[in-house]
Amino acid sequence: MSEESNARSGHRNRAGAGAQEQAVHIGKSKFVGFKYFLWILPFLILVFLFSYFPLHGWIYSFYDYRPPRSLSQCEFVGLQWFKMLISNPTQVSQLLQVLKNTFAMSLLGIATSILPLFFAVFLNEIKCRKFKSFVQTFTTLPNFISWVLVFSVAFALFSANGMVNTFLQQIGFIDSPIRFLDSDSHTYLKMLLWNMWKSLGWGSIIYLASIAGIDQELYEAASIDGAGRFQKMFYITIPELLPTFFVMLMMAVSNFLNNGMDQYFVFQNSFNKEHIQVLDLYVYNIGMTGSSYSLATAISMLKSIVSIALLSLCNVVSKVTRGETIV
Amino acid sequence: MRKDKKQDLPSGGNYKLKASDRVFSVFNYLIFGIFTLICIYPFYYMIINTISSNELSAAGLVNFLPKGIHFENYKALMSLNGLGSAALVSIGKTVIGTVTTVLATAFLGYMFTQERMWKRKFWYRFVVVIMYFNAGLIPMFITMKTLGLTNTFWVYILPCIVQPFNIILVKTYIESLPKSLQEAAEIDGAGVFRRFWQIVLPVCTPILATVAIFAAVGQWNNYQDTLIYITDQKLYSLQYLLYTYINQASSLAAMVKNTGIQGLNAATLATQQTPTSIQMTVSVVVVLPILCIYPMFQRFFVKGIMIGSVKG
Repeated sequence: MSEESNARSGHRNRAGAGAQEQAVHIGKSKFVGFKYFLWILPFLILVFLFSYFPLHGWIYSFYDYRPPRSLSQCEFVGLQWFKMLISNPTQVSQLLQVLKNTFAMSLLGIATSILPLFFAVFLNEIKCRKFKSFVQTFTTLPNFISWVLVFSVAFALFSANGMVNTFLQQIGFIDSPIRFLDSDSHTYLKMLLWNMWKSLGWGSIIYLASIAGIDQELYEAASIDGAGRFQKMFYITIPELLPTFFVMLMMAVSNFLNNGMDQYFVFQNSFNKEHIQVLDLYVYNIGMTGSSYSLATAISMLKSIVSIALLSLCNVVSKVTRGETIV
Repeated sequence: MRKDKKQDLPSGGNYKLKASDRVFSVFNYLIFGIFTLICIYPFYYMIINTISSNELSAAGLVNFLPKGIHFENYKALMSLNGLGSAALVSIGKTVIGTVTTVLATAFLGYMFTQERMWKRKFWYRFVVVIMYFNAGLIPMFITMKTLGLTNTFWVYILPCIVQPFNIILVKTYIESLPKSLQEAAEIDGAGVFRRFWQIVLPVCTPILATVAIFAAVGQWNNYQDTLIYITDQKLYSLQYLLYTYINQASSLAAMVKNTGIQGLNAATLATQQTPTSIQMTVSVVVVLPILCIYPMFQRFFVKGIMIGSVKG
C-alpha cells in the first residue's frame, strides 16, 4: 500500500519533467513493441516446440511405423489403423472394454462430483475454528502426494501382509488374506475410493472459498424471517454454490475421456488389467510397451479430437445456460 | 482473516440449539473426524513402522505406537543403489523447474500486459490455447526424441517452463494493480526490465508463491516423465525409483507367499531390512518434504485457488 502511494506522488512530481521522454516513447512505440515481442520470443519457441510441433506426430497414425526405422522407410497405410479399430473383432472388443472402463470411471467421478460441495457446506457448519482448520489442512494433504506414494500407502495397508489383512487375521475375522490389490473385483469402486481419498478435501476448497464470499446479509435476513440452520443451508448456501458446481461439472464433462494414466498405471497389475485400462493407459500400454506406435497414435488422435469437441459442446451449453463460457 | 470471524457463525448466530441441530452437530464432527483420521493415519502408520522393530512391524504389531525404536532402516538407505542420484535428480528438477517456471510465468504474465507489444493479443492466444489440446503420448515421445531430449535432465525442465494457466493468473493479477504504479516508474525512465524487477515482481509475491508451490509439488510428484522419456538409471527421479521398489517388494512378497512361509516374521531380526521396510522407508523419505512444507504453505494454496476461482 505505501509503495503504491509513493509511486503515485512520484508520478505527480515528475510528470512535467517526464513529458518529453514520454513523447519520445510514443514515437518509438512500433520499435519498442517489436522489441517486447523479441523478448518473449524464446518462450514462444518453447511453446511451439512442446505444444504445436508434436502435432506433426499425428501423421504416424497413417504409417506402419516401426521404431528403429525412420518414417520415410515405413509403409504408408492410409486409414488402415482406423479401419482396424472398427473391423478387427479382437481389437473392437478390446477397445469397447477400454471405452467401458473410461466411461465408468468418468461417470463415477461425475456422479460423485457433488460431494466436495457437501463437504464444504457441512464443514462450514462446524463452529470450532481449530477443528475446522485441522480438518481442512489434513484432508487436503493427500492431494499433494503423488500417485506412486498413494500406491505405496495402499501397498502398506492393503497388500497380503499389509496392516488391514494382518489385523483382520489377528481378530480372527478372516483366515486367509483378502486380495485387495491383486484382484479384479470392484476395480471401479476401489479406484473411485482412492481418488476420493486423494481429492475430496482439495475439491472442497473452491466451495469453501465461494462460501466465504456469500453476502452475510442473506443469512441475517433469513434469520429474521425465522429460518433455521438447515433451511439456511439448503435455501441459501447450496443455491449460492451451484454456479461454481456447474462450472466444475462442465470441466469434468469436457475431460470425460481424459482420465489420465497416473492413477491407473500405478494400480495396474496382471489381475485387474481388464477393468483398469482407461484410454490414456491403453495408449501407453500398446504404444510404449506393446505392439504398435501407429495404432496408439491413431487412438490418442481420435481421443484428442473427441475431447476438443466435448469441450466446445460444454462451452456452448455453458454459454446458453449461464451466459458465460468456461474457457 | 477478519472475514473468517464472521464465518464462525454461519447461520446467523442467534439460533437456539434444537435437538436435531445437536444430533446433526455430533454426526458432523464425528464424520469429519473420521475422514480426517483416514487421511492422516496412513502417513502415521508408515512413519511409525519405519522406526519400529522390523520383526514386530512385519508381524503387524505396530499399528498405533512405535515399538522397539531404531533407525537402521534409514541408515540402510545410504547403501541403497541409485537412491542418492535419484534424490539429486528430484531435488535438482524441483529447484530448477520451480525457479524457471516462476520467472517465466511472471515475465510472460507481465509482458502480456504491455499493450505496445507487437501482435500482443495473437501471441497471448497462441500461448493460452495450448491448455486445450494435447498431441498425445507417442507424438510427444517422438518429438522429444527428435529434439534429442530423451535421457537428458532437460526433459524434466524445458516442457514445463511455459504454463498458460499460471500466466493467466499472473496477468490478471497484474492488470488488477493500479496502472499508476508502472506509469510513474516509466516516466522516471525505468525500462521494461527494471519495471519488472523492481516494481511488478515484488508486488506479485503472493500469486507467485502460489505458482511456485504448485510448480514445486508438480515437479516433485511427477513420475511420468521418467517413465516415458528416461531409460538411464542415473536420471531416475525419486518417485519413479520408489515405484520400482514397490514393484520389487510386491514380487518378493508374492514369492514368499507362494513358497508357503507365512509373512516374513519367521526369519527376520528386529533391525534387518525387509522389502516392505525398505519400501516404506523410501516412501517416508519421499513424502517428508511435502509433509514439512505443506502446513507452512497451505494458506497460499487457498489464496491461489480463490484467485483462480474468481477468474472462473
